[in-house]
Amino acid sequence: MERLRYFSEVLTLDLIQEKCNNCGMCVKVCPHEVFELKDKKVRIIGRDFCMECGACKRNCPQGAIVLDVGDGCGCAAGIIQGAFNGTAPTCGGPDKGTCCN
Amino acid sequence: MGCSDQKCGCGNSNELVSLQLKVPANDYGCKTPSNDPVPTSKPYIIGGIETRAGEIPQISARLDWKDYLGAFKVRWGIRRDQYRVDPGLYAVGIPNDRSDIFVTANYKFSFDLVRKNLNGVNAWLLVLDTKGVNVWCAAGKGTFGTKELVRRIQLTSLDKVVIHRRLILPQLGATGVAAHLVKEVSGFTVIYGPVRATDIPAFVQANYKASKEMRRVKFDWYDRLKLVPNDIIYNMRYLLTMLIVISVLSGINANGYSMQQALRNIVPIAKIVAAGYIAGIVFTPLLLPYIPTRNFSFKGLILGAIVSMLLFLNHSLDGGLMVNFAEIFFISSFSSFLAMNFTGASTYTSLAGVKKEMKIAIPVQVIFGAIAVMLLVLEIAI
Repeated sequence: MERLRYFSEVLTLDLIQEKCNNCGMCVKVCPHEVFELKDKKVRIIGRDFCMECGACKRNCPQGAIVLDVGDGCGCAAGIIQGAFNGTAPTCGGPDKGTCCN
Repeated sequence: MGCSDQKCGCGNSNELVSLQLKVPANDYGCKTPSNDPVPTSKPYIIGGIETRAGEIPQISARLDWKDYLGAFKVRWGIRRDQYRVDPGLYAVGIPNDRSDIFVTANYKFSFDLVRKNLNGVNAWLLVLDTKGVNVWCAAGKGTFGTKELVRRIQLTSLDKVVIHRRLILPQLGATGVAAHLVKEVSGFTVIYGPVRATDIPAFVQANYKASKEMRRVKFDWYDRLKLVPNDIIYNMRYLLTMLIVISVLSGINANGYSMQQALRNIVPIAKIVAAGYIAGIVFTPLLLPYIPTRNFSFKGLILGAIVSMLLFLNHSLDGGLMVNFAEIFFISSFSSFLAMNFTGASTYTSLAGVKKEMKIAIPVQVIFGAIAVMLLVLEIAI
C-alpha cells in the first residue's frame, strides 16, 4: 500500500548541514523515515511524510534541525476545542476529554 | 501503535530542563521513594524483589481476563481517563542489577502491552506519570518528557537498583524526551526502542537495534479499525445534537409549528443523521487510503455524497425531491465534519496542515448546511 501523506507545502522542516554532526539521532527517532544516514551523512529523504512531531528537533544535540512544531497537535477536534476555550489547540486534558489518551 | 493506541506525538511541550534538577525532599517521603507502600490490591502485582533501593513490586507478564476486559472497555471509551497504574519502578521476572530497564507511560493499556511483551524476560519497568495518557500523546504534551523521566529516575533511586546506566524508551517518547539532556542530568543513556511494544522481543534479539520496520509508524486497516469504536462513542454528542436540533426545527410548517409533526420526523431524521455519522466515522477511516485527495474533510464529503446518493437511488430517503436534495447536502456536510475530526486520530497529520485544511473545509461544510436549510425553507414556502 502506498504510504499515506498529508499536505507537504506547509511543512517547515529543514536540516542545517553545517551544524549537523551526522550522529543519526534524527534517523532513529523519526516515525516516518524522513531522514537517512548514508555514507556517514544525514540527509532528508522523505520530507513529504513529516508530521512535525518534533522528535528529531528535541533529540538533536547540535540544534541542526529547523522545525516549527506549532502549539498543538494535527487534530481538528483539538483546534475546535481550543477555539471554544479561547486557548491553543487542546484535547481537553486527561481530566476532561477522553479523546486523546 | 505500540504503547500508544492513538496518535498525538505533537511536539507542543515547552518544558525546559533545568540542569540543577533537584528532587524536593518531601517528594521522597521518608525513606523508600515512589514505591512506598507496595500496593498489594493490584492484581498484576505478584510479589516483590529486594534491591539496594528497597523492595520493588514484581508484576505478572501475563494478562488475565480482567486486563483484556479493561482493554476492550477503553476501546469503547469507557472510563478511559481513569485507566491508570501507579507510576514508579516495577520488576518483570526476576531482574537483577544488570537487567534492562524499559520505560513506559502510566496508561494501563500501554503498561499492559509492555509487560505482556516482556514475558520470559527479566527486566525492570519504569512507569512515568503521564496522567494516564499513552506514550505518544503524553510525549507531545511533555508529560512523557525529559523532566518527568529524570525525576522518576531519582525518585526510584534507579542508580542503586542497577549498576549499568542504560534506559530503553519507546521511540515515540522521543517527541517529549531529549536523550542528550537525560544523559547530561542523570547519567543514564537513552536507547530508543521500537515504536510498537510487540517488537520488543525482536529488538532485544537484534542487540538493541530497532530496524527500519520497527521505527516506522503505520496506519493500516486494522489500526484504523481499532479506533472506530471510540470515535463512535466520542462523537455521539454531535449525533445527538444534530438529531435534537433538526427534529425540533422540523416541526415548523407553513401554518406555524406542529409538535406532532416534529415527533413524527424523529425517525426519518435519525436515519439521515446516522447515514452521515457512519459515512464520516466508519467508512472514511476504513477507506482512508483509497479515497482520492489528502484532505480528510474532502474524503468525508465524497463518502457522504456517495452514501446519500446510494440511499437516494435506492429510494431510501424520505420526502419529496427538494427534501431529498437537502438530505444529500446535509449528509455530505456532516460526514465531512466528522472525517475532519479524524485528523487527530491519524498518525501522519501536522498541525500546520490541519489548520490549512480547516480554513477551506469549515466554510464548505457551513455552505452545504446552509444549502440544505434553504432547500427545506423553499419546500415549506412553496
